[in-house]
Amino acid sequence: MTAPHLEESAGFDRTTIEYIQRAAASGLYEIRGLGAKRRVPNFDDLLFLAASLSRYPLEGYRERCATKTLLGTRFASRPIELAIPITVAGMSFGALSARVKEALGRAATEVGTSTTTGDGGMTTEERTSSKTLVYQCLPSRYGFDPDDVRRADAIEIVIGQGAKPGGGGMLLGQKVNPRVARMRTLPEGVDQRSASRHPDWTGPDDLVIKIKELREITDWEKPIYVKVGATRVFNDVKLAVHAGADVIVVDGMQGGTAATQTVFIEHVGIPTLAALRQAIDALDDLNMRGTVQLIISGGIRSGADVAKALAMGADAVAIGQGVLIALGCNSDSYIAGGEHVSAVEDYARLGTAPGFCHHCHTGKCPVGVTTQDPALELRLDPAVGAKRLKNYLKTVNMELTTIARACGKQDVHHLEKEDLVALTVEAAAMAGVPLAGTSWIPGRQT
Amino acid sequence: MANLSPLPASREFDLARDSLRDLNLYLHRHAVGEGISRIEVRNPAGAHSVACGLDAQLDVQIHGHVGYYAAGMNKHASVTVHGNAGPGAAENMMSGRVHVKGFASTAAGASAHGGLLIIEGDASLRCGISLKGGDIVVGGSVGSFSAFMAQAGRMVICGDAEDALGDSLYEAVIYVRGKVRSLGADARVEPMAAADRAAVKQLLSLAGLAYDPAEFKRIASAKSLYHWHADADQEY
Repeated sequence: MTAPHLEESAGFDRTTIEYIQRAAASGLYEIRGLGAKRRVPNFDDLLFLAASLSRYPLEGYRERCATKTLLGTRFASRPIELAIPITVAGMSFGALSARVKEALGRAATEVGTSTTTGDGGMTTEERTSSKTLVYQCLPSRYGFDPDDVRRADAIEIVIGQGAKPGGGGMLLGQKVNPRVARMRTLPEGVDQRSASRHPDWTGPDDLVIKIKELREITDWEKPIYVKVGATRVFNDVKLAVHAGADVIVVDGMQGGTAATQTVFIEHVGIPTLAALRQAIDALDDLNMRGTVQLIISGGIRSGADVAKALAMGADAVAIGQGVLIALGCNSDSYIAGGEHVSAVEDYARLGTAPGFCHHCHTGKCPVGVTTQDPALELRLDPAVGAKRLKNYLKTVNMELTTIARACGKQDVHHLEKEDLVALTVEAAAMAGVPLAGTSWIPGRQT
Repeated sequence: MANLSPLPASREFDLARDSLRDLNLYLHRHAVGEGISRIEVRNPAGAHSVACGLDAQLDVQIHGHVGYYAAGMNKHASVTVHGNAGPGAAENMMSGRVHVKGFASTAAGASAHGGLLIIEGDASLRCGISLKGGDIVVGGSVGSFSAFMAQAGRMVICGDAEDALGDSLYEAVIYVRGKVRSLGADARVEPMAAADRAAVKQLLSLAGLAYDPAEFKRIASAKSLYHWHADADQEY
């Protein structure tokens, strides 16, 4: 008997065949959570040139390396001062439970950083637990309340999100429980698809006026952020500067979501690495570095990622998926009564396994992070979650200062592009740093 | 002995002389404390964000045309524009009353969660877009995509409506007296019940308009887009 001839097609591999056959059977596109899973050039493709004979390092365990970060210094009379340049990205109550929002706030407050609301309004839990809370103004305006504008520390106008630039929010009916529905003024259980355009302004000229309205309402006290999903970043950042933003948030394509079409997640937007360089180029073009602060997000995971982002010119980063993973997302167990309880069977019921799960959209998160189910959400104890997240943020910050000291910097904001080289031609071109061992930056004239 | 004569109950701002910042700061922080309940605003000259972010029972009378976001995010206050209003009048209003004596530009009453917006003239595109509980009465006609994705609240249109009225409606209800050029996805005409006629009568009365509620038709969501299934999505 001869072995079967199993030659898989490159174009029509098993994944593609499964996709076509599922589409043919259902007539629906796939929806899922988290971010892009395809490999794109990223911060792993950069390396630091630490101190040597031509640079002095700082003593790693003795000399001080500052991490204080100021955001919103351009026009706001009350800018944000953070202890570290690592913030918690905007994620909605609805996508996450109120207990998770509380955990985020507690951890962020303990390490001296900010959290951010999301599509669905501000919960009491997150306002109470977060010393510094950024309030998002989204196209949907779900739960948008001037009282919350007044009790926020900064306002973030969301133009787009890295996972789905050009698309609106999405929350499937199983997560629209009575409280979520009430906050969003929606019928319970409806499959919510929110607007992709703001209702009361269109285009950058209008944005100038919208920002001024928010400044008038807040008596010019609070910083106004503008968040864009990474597409035409160079132009978008310049337009946001002209519109009067204090802080610009650029969210690359690796950024996560609670739910959107897979085709959106994997095929729309540009990598965070390329987006960051374009954003910095735009600020430099306007001579606005240091005047308008830049926050980069989209797949930031570690202190190395943060250090590289800061070296390229970012003032801070925002982390979403990493934060959820710190809470227990994709763990094989959750903690109940101080004991680890296996969640593996619950993952299996979703057709997945720990380490692979992206089923945030189902509301059946086996570890109680992305759920509104009253039983499942109890699997995340806010105190336990806050401790884990605090540990993660502290670790990331320590890694950041470790690298900064090795590069001879007394302040993490002194990291600079000259400290970086690229491992690949693609990353060198996108980040605008030389290929390692050369002085060659693809696309730049030497 | 100090002069104990009472403070005036009203105050005037002339935007040809006073700054918008001074006006809004006064409305936000000082008017209530000074016992001022009525504020007259002269010469707005199309200024944006006039009387936005109010959070007290003030009576603001604006004499002239205003630009974007007049009375934006209003709570409790009564704001009257004796002129026309630019885009986003009374956007995200929570409560209170905003009365535009003239015409209103795009997105009037956008995402209003509560309160009453009255526009005596016509309203342009996207009037009542994303409405979340407020009431809007338009004495004239409205432009295309009015009440787009309106989630809750009521809208009374005494004139005609342009294309795609009520596209992707949730629970908001629209009452139209004149012609509707076209309905948006998932919007449909429904019979007027006694409760609808009573609602229209009440809202017309609040707006000082004297039409017969029987002349209006009701438009609401067919709810076919509420849940995800293949056949419902084809219009997208």
